[in-house]
Amino acid sequence: MSALDAMYQQLILEHAKSRSGADLTADEATSMPDQPGVGQCHQLNPVCGDEITLRLELEAAGSQSTVKGIHWHGDGCAISMASASILSELSEGASPDELGEMIGHFRELMRSRGRLEPDDEILGDAAALAGVAKYPARVKCAMLAWVAAEDALRQAVATGR
Amino acid sequence: MVMVSTSATAATQVALSDVEVLRIRNDFPVLDQEVNGRPLVYLDSGATSQNPRSVLEAEQEFYELRNAAVHRGAHHLAVQATDAFEDARATVAGFVGAAEDELVWTANATAGLNLLAYSFSNASVGTVRGDAARFALGPGDEVVVTEMEHHANLIPWQELCRRTGATLKFIPIDDDGALRLEEAARLITERTRILAFTHASNVLGTINPVAELVALARAAGALVVLDACQSVPHLPLDFKALDVDFAVFSGHKMLAPTGIGGVYGRRELLNAMPPFLTGGSMITTVTMEKAEYLPAPQRFEAGTQPISQAVALAAAANYLHETGMERVAGWEASLGQRLVTGLSAIDGIRVVGPAAGVERLGLAAFDVAGVHAHDVGQYLDSVGIAVRVGHHCAQPLHRRLGLTATTRASTYLYNTTEEVDLLLEAVARVRPYFGVAGSGASK
Repeated sequence: MSALDAMYQQLILEHAKSRSGADLTADEATSMPDQPGVGQCHQLNPVCGDEITLRLELEAAGSQSTVKGIHWHGDGCAISMASASILSELSEGASPDELGEMIGHFRELMRSRGRLEPDDEILGDAAALAGVAKYPARVKCAMLAWVAAEDALRQAVATGR
Repeated sequence: MVMVSTSATAATQVALSDVEVLRIRNDFPVLDQEVNGRPLVYLDSGATSQNPRSVLEAEQEFYELRNAAVHRGAHHLAVQATDAFEDARATVAGFVGAAEDELVWTANATAGLNLLAYSFSNASVGTVRGDAARFALGPGDEVVVTEMEHHANLIPWQELCRRTGATLKFIPIDDDGALRLEEAARLITERTRILAFTHASNVLGTINPVAELVALARAAGALVVLDACQSVPHLPLDFKALDVDFAVFSGHKMLAPTGIGGVYGRRELLNAMPPFLTGGSMITTVTMEKAEYLPAPQRFEAGTQPISQAVALAAAANYLHETGMERVAGWEASLGQRLVTGLSAIDGIRVVGPAAGVERLGLAAFDVAGVHAHDVGQYLDSVGIAVRVGHHCAQPLHRRLGLTATTRASTYLYNTTEEVDLLLEAVARVRPYFGVAGSGASK
């Protein structure tokens, strides 16, 4: 498999088209939610114009809380859109700590220039994005949704208490 | 360092030939390499061009034989360096149709446009002496730009207007990427103080009608600033003949190194303008209270200048002059048409700017239905083709076109028809690769 094919795997291209969680409307994307346990973040990559507004909702699960869902509105390249789609699917039902660990691991993987192997247990489908790490110019594309999720999670946890 | 006269063949042929282009390629060491297992196809000269050996050698020779600070010191090397620096100015001034003292060195076109905007800004505040008052802007005054400007010819004017209270207006484009001249005639009024526009668009490839726009500005009494960043490298031109007041260009887009460019200004204007950067080498008398300034160009050249880069830019101007700008422009026009015609024939490709058959630079920016420009660029890179992707520093233009990003292939005198064809073949494979072929214009 060429480096290009390793980056644009079938799974990635399918996510780029299906875009799980891409159901936040343009109106919702421009207004900040004022609810406890909900966070929202807008991220823009000025280099290529890739853009995402991501909303994360927590719900109570016993004494803990878990991610009810990630919904987003965005436009960008196949890598940024697939990455947001995968994140949206992965995050559902995760505890804030688990999602935080996922984001941390994904960031390390992306910054590794291809030296780290992805942990499938933690990253699931996002492991398929490992090929992006060999293209430093594209790492920001893959990270866009994850950076937004990290901030949205911080807000959701802060207001959810 | 004097210009070599145009050869007889240059005068009789309107465009370079395939054979000449192959010979020209041998002068550019960087082109002779493989990228991802394929011969490099460099189609990003609109962003930055490559350097011929003569330019690289001129810069190296300067450092090996003549390096010293210029316009100070009386030792041998200082004299040699000053001569090389000023000879370079004469050569480049001659190349663009300016007098020697009408060419100010700057880092690039962006720095040149900021020099103008900040000089006008300085004329608008505090105690302005003498002729400088003619450049002062305030509420009620207007600056007119166009919808197709590079950010470098937009933001400095936005900021100038913000600082002075003047109003910024823009001439819109039509769907084929041409300026709407009837709108220009309506927008340029006696309130217009500055008309700043690009000679040729870095995205659309449109070549703007300078004479018509200058006539409108003259009738309104406005100063004309020409962004010649994409025209000086690719078209034969003469700033005096174009009758503009100011023009800017970048060396790195015309076979020279980065860090050098120029501002052309009519002599009486440059000498009346307040300085922008101040400090060493631009003064006559300095007291603890105030300073008197040298005439242009030194007036605008504070601090140690990019000397070897200026020398290298002169070598680049000589290379282009010897090749013949008419023939360079003729060759690139044919490559531009080959790009537009070929790209437009591919399913799902929308080329922005003038249609096939209409005059344009040797470049084409395009949208690939269903595939983001970043992914297009990545695919092309995997087969050794270098293009630019993104908004090309023209966000308002892309917004007008209903796009956030495009892919741009831009040629120069060293590109072959085979390279254009390799691009066309590769672009035709992009939508099938990303699995969107047949899905029409879905995005």
